[in-house]
Formats: sequence, structure tokens, C-alpha cells
Amino acid sequence: MQKLEARKLTLAYDGAPVVEGLDLTIPPGRITALVGGNGCGKSTLLRSLARLMKPRGGSVVLDGASIQTLSTKDVAKRLGILPQGPVAPEGLTVRELVAQGRYPHQSWYSQWSQEDEREVQKALCATSMLELADRPLEALSGGQRQRAWIAMSLAQGTEILLLDEPTTYLDMAHQFDVLDLLWDLNRTENRTVVMVLHDLNQAGRYAHHLVAIKDGAIWAQGAPEKVMTEEMVQAVFGMECRIVEDPVTHSPMCVPVSRAHRLRVLPGKKDPAKQG
Amino acid sequence: MPARLRPSPALGLVIGLVLLLACGLFSILYGLMEISLPDVYQALTQFDGSPEHFIVRTVRLPRALIAALVGASLAVAGAIMQALTRNPLAAPGILGVNAGAALSVVAAMFLLKATSLSVYAWFAFLGAAAAAVAVYLLGSMGRGGMTPLKLTVAGAALTTLLSSITQGLLVLNERTLDEMRFWLAGSVAGRDLSLFLQVLPFMAVGLLGALAMAKQITTLSLGEDVARGLGQKTGWIKAAAALLVVLLSGSAVAVAGPVGFIGLAVPHIARGLAGTDYRWILPYSAVLGGTLLLLADIGARAILRPEEVAVGIMTALIGAPFFIALARKGVRQS
Amino acid sequence: MRRMRTAIVLLLLTLATLLVITINMGMGEYPIPPLDVLKAVLGLGTGEYDFIVNTLRLPRNLVAFGVGAGLALSGAILQGLTRNPLAAPDVIGITHGANLAAVIVIILLPAAPLVALPAAAFAGALLAAAVTYLLAWKGGSAPMRLILVGMGIAAVVHALTTMLLTHGKVLVVNQAMIWMTGSIYGRSWEHLYRMLPWLLLFVPVALLLARHLNALQLGDDLARGLGAHVERYRLLLLLTSVALAGAAVATAGSVSFVGLMAPHIGRRLVGPTQGGLLPTAALTGGLILVTADMLGRTLFAPIEVPAGVITAAVGAPFFLWLLYQNRNS
Repeated sequence: MQKLEARKLTLAYDGAPVVEGLDLTIPPGRITALVGGNGCGKSTLLRSLARLMKPRGGSVVLDGASIQTLSTKDVAKRLGILPQGPVAPEGLTVRELVAQGRYPHQSWYSQWSQEDEREVQKALCATSMLELADRPLEALSGGQRQRAWIAMSLAQGTEILLLDEPTTYLDMAHQFDVLDLLWDLNRTENRTVVMVLHDLNQAGRYAHHLVAIKDGAIWAQGAPEKVMTEEMVQAVFGMECRIVEDPVTHSPMCVPVSRAHRLRVLPGKKDPAKQG
Repeated sequence: MPARLRPSPALGLVIGLVLLLACGLFSILYGLMEISLPDVYQALTQFDGSPEHFIVRTVRLPRALIAALVGASLAVAGAIMQALTRNPLAAPGILGVNAGAALSVVAAMFLLKATSLSVYAWFAFLGAAAAAVAVYLLGSMGRGGMTPLKLTVAGAALTTLLSSITQGLLVLNERTLDEMRFWLAGSVAGRDLSLFLQVLPFMAVGLLGALAMAKQITTLSLGEDVARGLGQKTGWIKAAAALLVVLLSGSAVAVAGPVGFIGLAVPHIARGLAGTDYRWILPYSAVLGGTLLLLADIGARAILRPEEVAVGIMTALIGAPFFIALARKGVRQS
Repeated sequence: MRRMRTAIVLLLLTLATLLVITINMGMGEYPIPPLDVLKAVLGLGTGEYDFIVNTLRLPRNLVAFGVGAGLALSGAILQGLTRNPLAAPDVIGITHGANLAAVIVIILLPAAPLVALPAAAFAGALLAAAVTYLLAWKGGSAPMRLILVGMGIAAVVHALTTMLLTHGKVLVVNQAMIWMTGSIYGRSWEHLYRMLPWLLLFVPVALLLARHLNALQLGDDLARGLGAHVERYRLLLLLTSVALAGAAVATAGSVSFVGLMAPHIGRRLVGPTQGGLLPTAALTGGLILVTADMLGRTLFAPIEVPAGVITAAVGAPFFLWLLYQNRNS
């Protein structure tokens, strides 16, 4: 299994560092979710894990070798990244898009092989996109389009898959559809999934490993049951909440205590969250 | 932290006006024939028909007035365009006014053998207006009416189209080319007072209208949805603002030919000095635009002395580096 | 599915081009029946038409085809690189640079040898593109910044060109204007031989780079994630595009709209995947310019309209139609 780590990672755009001296090990074969408030550096961290951003200090290590020293093609065979809100050229069909995932496996003398064809077919199958394969992307719904992009990343054939907010701009049903797809991929194909998620409860449901980030540093990490606490939400998101058990999955669920309703849960009063 | 100290906008405007007047005066004094300050004063108060007085009244004064007014009109039109499209790189040229005016004037010259600057002015204005209306309609096609992006694309498309036709006409007729090439470069030279008076009403209406609409334009610059949420009838405001742009830039191109970059660069300087309120940005733009075009015109006379460079070339040479710097600053990633 | 279609489209385009070239070679002041044209080209004729066909009309048609193909390929690459369907070889200053250099030669150095003009135009195109690229560099070359900086460079270069045009003698200015409009008039084998090496080198390079252009089309992040050397391939592709457009413009002047139109038609025919699009666009561009040259020669005979005027006259409405098509996006 490929192992992805960040060692003493310092990341910065133009000015002050966004992330400083961060250590993180991504558990192989599991789903890891990065959560945190706006601008906490979670997307920046994900980008640097995918070598889209050069660290100012420290390194990202893939299987013992710094990702900066490996050839980018070599990395692309082991690690795929799906950025936020990708845009495809107009008129591109799903199959053509998925075929782009085979890029790192091609060279100028072998442009398209039987194996490429097989992998594309497999990716279309795994994402249930076979029937839509010859449709242009813009003719699909938002959820189907996101599946097509995920299929492209699958065709890349990497053990590790990084995704930046794969559920943004999707309605609730499609959000869960995409997350279920990632969950299946993790279980049946044993792929390591790392994603930035906006919704803490989705992270609690789907992640094996939850990483809460505040001001560019890891505030807590581990199993959602351990990490998702009222203190964590208070510290990382600056919001008061109650943690209850999700009635469906029994994973922890965060229920915000909005300011407007704070009176109801004052100590001494009956706490509605603890009734059930 | 104390609030950032900013001198009152009114004071800045006064300083700007003084600067504008100084540049205007210098523009009148500067030239091949030496003219002194008293000459200028006497030419205006007690005209005696001497060559100096004659030159002041028929050449230098109209030229300075036209440069100041054209600069002001272009800058205000640019500021409105940038608010309307919420695109910092927008300029009146995006509405196709320059290309439309150029084609119209070249066609008039080619087909009707028109030759006087005052006839050009009418054709230029009509061409500019027609092109702007066409761009506006093209940019309003389809769902959602006029959007900044569609407007920009439509403007770029129509500009390319019109300039190709213009170039085709110029190639076909050598005489047209010879007559038109000076006009097409953009210039404030050789314009007399009657030409100034011909376009003055349009510019005056445009400038006053813009100042009257400044509050609505500020609201619109927050974005269409926000403006509508604040109770603005955005369709009408957008159309009225576009009309002002047509009046201002159409009359500017009518009198001076296509002069670029004033409409793009000046609003940025104005915003830097006056903040985000268009009630201040617009008058600042007007004053600064006038000053800048006066300076560019002085430069155009100085650089290849005794020959003159067209002022449109000067503004492009000064403005383009500014544009490039802006593009470098503004655009981080695709 | 698409691959079969691409093959058929390429075949049809080739046949159409051959047909138009044959007709074009038969038309003119001295009409020749198509069969005799073919016989003369293949060396099977009586020799009666050999001079007109092989020395005058054949090289002219080949030049038109090469120029059109070069511009189209250049445009297709730029549209893919910038992810902007309105990009054309003028976008990174190529045409304006060539124009300025040519105008300098025509107006300021009228005594310069004939070879100087295409060489200067080519150098001008290359220089303008290089300046654009360098000024747009800021820890990387974002496509949007390339376009904007290119607009700025174009404005400066255009201002300088205008300055020369306003101060030159009207006779040479007219000559310069015709050059700037683009024309295939009087192009000979010599012109073809000078352009050919560039095409022979960079057309295959473009086709080899198609795969990387596909990746770049998805955006920098995704391309990098797929393992593409984004900056390296962008530079190589830009260079290819500049060389192709430069060679074309140096030979025929800046013919407008072909670099914009041909890739669009290509996309309609075979979709946006570059492996199929690039050859399709190239053939389409060649066909367009050969046809434009034919129309320019015959429409108002005996007056010849420059091919550039024809492409503009056709290209402009095409542009509007394109706009109308995309009105909802």
C-alpha cells in the first residue's frame, strides 16, 4: 500500500505562511477527511499533498520518497487529484474525458493501448457511467458530471485519490450519491481516499480518519468518534454545538446551537439534544 | 488601529481642477509660435487680429478645450463601463464605439466623398451609436438578458468584424486611405471652435447625466442581484448608463477619432484617490481624464518636434504598460 | 465511434481541397479544363498548359493551402491552451508583431531586398510573442494573463504601426495596408520553399503534442495532477503555434479569421479532442484559404480582391453566428 505523509510542511502563497511545520500521515486504504473553517488551509494542504503547490519548507513524502524528487508522471501513476469545480472543453464526451485519465500511462510512441481501453471501460463501469459514455459533458446533470470527473481520476489507476470538495454545487441527493461512490471505491478496490469536505456531518459519516485543521495546524485527528467533540467544533469552527449520535449510521453528528436558540439549552434547563 | 487618513475628496477635486487648468494653459502656451501669458489674456479679452491672438483663438484654445473635454468624456464613460460590467479591464471601446465610428467615417469618405471634420463627426457619432446598440443587443440575446461577459464577448466580436471591413475599404481605395489615416490614429489637432460647439451639447448632457446617475451607478457596481434586491430597476439603469456611455464616447470619437486607454486607466486612478463611491469617482475621472489627455497632447507635440504624433498613439504608448501592469497584478491563476 | 468519424471527415476534407485546387487552377484569365489541369500537374499533358499550371497556379494554391493550414493549426493550439474559443493567432501579439516588422520594412527600408519582408515579419511575430510570454510570466504563465498581456502588447505595437502609417508616403502605406490584409497574389515556388521547412517541422510536432494539449485543456491543476509538465508543454505548444502562424503570416501577410474559424468548424466536425481536432482544423484552414483565394480571383475579375478581405467578409458573419449560438452559455 502506498503511504502518503507530510513532514514539517510549511506552505505559503506570497506572504505569511498558511501552514507551518505540519506533520500528517494519511492512513493507507482508508478514507480521510480534512475539515476546518474557511481559509484554515485545508485546501492548500490538499493541493500540496498532490504536489500542485511547492512547499516553502518540509516535504510531502510518497512511499518514503519526497514527492518533489519523483518525476511528476511517476507520481501521477500513484496519486490522483480532482480539484474543485473542474471545467472541460465544450463538446467533450464522457468517454473522451475519462480517456484523459490515461495520460500518465502513455508516451509519444504508445499513444493508446488495449490496457488503456480496458481501464477506461472499468472506470465507466465503476461509476455507472457506461450508458452516458457518449454524451457530451454539458448535457449531464451536476451529479452525473461529477461522477464523470471521478471516473477520469479512476482511469488514472492510482491507489490514492485526493478530492477537493467533491460535493460542492450538488444537491443533497447527489452529494450522498458521490460520497457513496467514493465509499464503494474504497471498500471494493481498496483505494485510499483523501478529501476536503465542507459538511462536518458528512465527514463524520464517511471518513475513517478525520483531520480537523485550524489556522494551518492540525487541531485534532483520528476516528470521527474521538475527534468530533463539542470542544473541537468550538475551537475549530468557533461555534457552539451538541454532538449526538446519528440515528442512521451511529456516527457522531454535530447539531449547532445557534445563537437564536441558546436559551433553550442553558444549564439546568432540559436539554433537548439529550432527550432521545 | 486609527482609520486611514485620507484628505477630504473635495479638496482633492479642487487640486485636480487647478491641475487641469494649469495643463490647459500650458497646452495653449506650448507650440512652435512663442506665445506669452499676456497674449493669451489679451486674445480673449481684447482681440486685435495679430498672429499671436489669431493662433490662440483659432488653434490653441479650441485644441486645449477639445482635449480636456474629450479626455473627461472618455474617462467618465470608462468609469461607467467598469461599473456596468464589473470588469476592471472594461473600457468604452468594448461597446464597439471606436470601431463603429471608424467604419462609418471611412464608409462616408469612400462612398459619399465626404471630407470635412464636421461631417466626419456626425458619421462617427452615428457609427459609434449604431455599433454600441448592436453590441448591447447582441450581449442581451438569450437567457438572462445582458450580462457583462456576453457584452464583452459581443463587443470584441463586433470590433473585429468592423475593423476588418474598415481595413478592406482602405485597401481598395488609396485616396480614402490617405485622407483617413490621420483621423484613424486619433488626434485633437486642427479642430476649430465650431467643431467643439458641435459636440459640446452631447458631452454636456452625458457628463451631467452621469453625475446625476452616480448614486444609481454606485449601487449597480455592487452587482446586479444586489442592486435589484435594493429595489433598483436594473434593466432601466443599465440601459440609461449604456446610453450615457454612447453619448460620451460617441461624441469623443466624433471629434477626436479613436483615442484609447484614457477610458481604461483613468477610472482606476480615480478609484485609488476617491474610494468606491461613484459620486466622487465620476468627477475625479472627468478632471483626471481631461488633465491626462492634455498632457498626452502636449507630449504628442513635443516628442517628434516639429512633427506631431497623433494623440491616440501617445495614449496607447502611455496606457498599454499601465494595462499590462494591471493585468499582471489582477490575474493570479487562470 | 468518434475515431471512425474523424477518419471520414479527414478524407472528405482532403478530397474537397483537391477539388477546389483543381478548379482554382483551371480558372482565371486563361481558363483551362480541369482534366487538362490534372494532366499538366502529373506531367501527362501536351505541355501547352505547363507554364500556367505548374509555374503560376500550382505554387500559389499550395501556398494558400499551407498558409491556411498553418494559421488554423496555430489558432487551434491557442484556443486549447487558453481554453478560450475566441483566441486566435493575434491573441499573443503574433499578427501585430509581424505587421509592425513588415510595415517597418515596407515604409522605412524600401530598398531592402524582397527576402527581407517575410524574414522581418517572422522575426516580428516571434519577438512580440516572446515579449508577451515573458511579461505574462509571474511564477508561471496563467492563460488568462497571457491573453490580457497580449492585448496590451498588441496595443503598443499597433500604436507604433499606426504612427508609421500616418507618417509614410501614401503609395508605400497602401502597399503596407495590402500586406496587412493578407494576400496570396503572385506567390511562387520560392515562397512555398521558404515556408515549407517550418510546416514540415512544426506540423508533426503539433500532432505529437496533441496529447499534452488535451491534458492542458482541463486546466493547470488537473493537468499537473495527471502528471503533465504544464509549463514545459505550454511553452512548447506556444512555440509551435508561433512558428506556424509566423511562417504563414510571413508568406501571405496577416490573413484574418482563418485561425479563429477553422478550429471552430473542426470542433463541430470531430469534437474537442486534439488528436482529431488538430489535423481536421489544419485541413479546414487550408480549404478555407484556397477557396477564399479562388473567390478573390474570380468574383470581381479582372480586379483581384486580396484573400484576406474575403476571409474577413466570410469570417465576420461566422463570428456573429457563433455568438448567437452561444447566447445562452
